[in-house]
Amino acid sequence: MLELKNICFKKDGKEILKSINLKLLDDKFYVITGPNGSGKSTLAKIIMGIEKPTSGTILFNDIDITNKTITERANMGIGFAFQQPAVFKGITVYDLLKVAIKKDITKVEACNILSKVGLCALNYVDREVNTSLSGGELKRIELATILARKPILSIFDEPEAGIDLWSFNNLIEVFKQIEEDSKGITLIISHQERILNIADKIILLENGKIKEVGDKSILKDIFSCPKGGDLCE
Amino acid sequence: MSSLLDKIINNKIEEADSYNIRENGKTVKRKENEYIKIVNKPNSKGIDIYVKENTLFGIIDIPVIISESGIKDVVYNDFHIGENANVIIVAGCGIHNIKHKTSQHDGIHRFYLSKNSKVRYVEKHYGEGTGNKIFNPITEAYLEEGSTLNIETVQIKGVDKTTRITKAELQENATLTINEKLYTEEEQYAKTDFIVNLNGENASAHVTSRSVATENSYQEFTSDVIGNTKSFAHVSCDAIIKENAQVKAIPIIYAKDASANLIHEAAIGKIAGQQLTKLMTLGLTLKEAEKMIIEGFLK
Ligand SMILES: Nc1ncnc2c1ncn2[C@@H]1O[C@H](COP(=O)(O)OP(=O)(O)OP(=O)(O)O)[C@@H](O)[C@H]1O
Ligand SMILES: [Mg+2]
Repeated sequence: MLELKNICFKKDGKEILKSINLKLLDDKFYVITGPNGSGKSTLAKIIMGIEKPTSGTILFNDIDITNKTITERANMGIGFAFQQPAVFKGITVYDLLKVAIKKDITKVEACNILSKVGLCALNYVDREVNTSLSGGELKRIELATILARKPILSIFDEPEAGIDLWSFNNLIEVFKQIEEDSKGITLIISHQERILNIADKIILLENGKIKEVGDKSILKDIFSCPKGGDLCE
Repeated sequence: MSSLLDKIINNKIEEADSYNIRENGKTVKRKENEYIKIVNKPNSKGIDIYVKENTLFGIIDIPVIISESGIKDVVYNDFHIGENANVIIVAGCGIHNIKHKTSQHDGIHRFYLSKNSKVRYVEKHYGEGTGNKIFNPITEAYLEEGSTLNIETVQIKGVDKTTRITKAELQENATLTINEKLYTEEEQYAKTDFIVNLNGENASAHVTSRSVATENSYQEFTSDVIGNTKSFAHVSCDAIIKENAQVKAIPIIYAKDASANLIHEAAIGKIAGQQLTKLMTLGLTLKEAEKMIIEGFLK
């Protein structure tokens, strides 16, 4: 279980998150949604330890992790897929997957992980994780590094962004599989209706505040899109 | 001294087609074959290496080892590569200096590549022990029509002071590729100079330098590429800097002809925070993440 208590985050005098209270239960699939700039990525980074909250407490399975480092949280079982994946010079997809999985794996095992995110594996294992990969390819490798870890709490920041429609169908399957396996907590930041559809709970963030938590019905105003809201396509 | 030899030569020396081992200023062992001849210069000041035309995939090892403290070894190695020959030359210098005296190796390598010949030249510098270790390699290359020279140099820690000068003259359709890898720490000083003249049509040069400067070390990278005719050059200098280190990159590209196409890229900066963060989310500590990024960068 993950519990956020009164999480506030200020940067350059600006209140980005305002007193966030949230409880995420085991084996559930959550989706955070909300307008651009509402604080979704910031909240996710606070859970991973990439940003430190100005005030508030984070409990992970009843342990206070507010002051724990990224590394400590990672080793406690929290995983994070970045909205914009990092690129490296000289580090291959295979290198990265080996670190992710914490042991020496064969190239065949690495290929199996990659095929889950729809990458024709053999072509990719030895590629460097650099800008010669397309945006969509980088994004899928990013997802693969999280799937490889099998975290207790997996956070995905807009996993579908930059992924074409064809591959998107496969991606939905990957998430459906995660949802059915129901191991641990999954937290996805997304604007995609099809991802929202498989959520156990949707968290709507607006202006740094949780506006609502509930099932898909909380978004009905937005989906019908009277004012041309964000989620309209 | 075989352990020092292993540090600078990747292949097994006995398996090379020919070799010349120089230790503390003298040749101690040599092997030749019918394609590759090694001839001493007067006063043991170095060697001339003659590679017959059409030699295919010859491997030549010319390691230099300095294990006596206080030696200043200056050596001239001249490579005469016949037409269409294709060889790999592995040079390297290992200094083992545990005394207070300075040990110094100044290698002057000259390459004469005949028409359509191909040379891959690998050079590795390695120093161990607390004594002062200095390398000053000078490389001169003359590339005739259609020849290719591929230079790889590696110097990872252990060397207190290096000034490296590489000069090349390229004729028509000749190609020069240089890959330099450098890691300095403590008070080390490393200066690299590339002077390339593209004289013949369609000559091309590709220079890539990747370096890591840490602690109080200093690195200076100068490249001076002159396009005298229709030619192409791409120079890229990429440095990671840490702590109190300093890195200076001086790019000079000089087109003396409207159809010369010369590009220079230089980037100096610390390790990107985003890279560190990503690896930490995969469970590495900050130190481990840094190590992985640097090892990858210099791979
Ligand atoms: N390091 C920072 N310094 C200053 N402002 C920041 C910083 N990080 C985020 N912000 C601001 O905080 C707000 C929330 O940003 P965040 O990235 O969390 O939004 P988001 O909901 O993920 O948006 P998007 O849907 O575009 O990804 C934005 O206004 C952003 O400009
Ligand atoms: Mg975001």
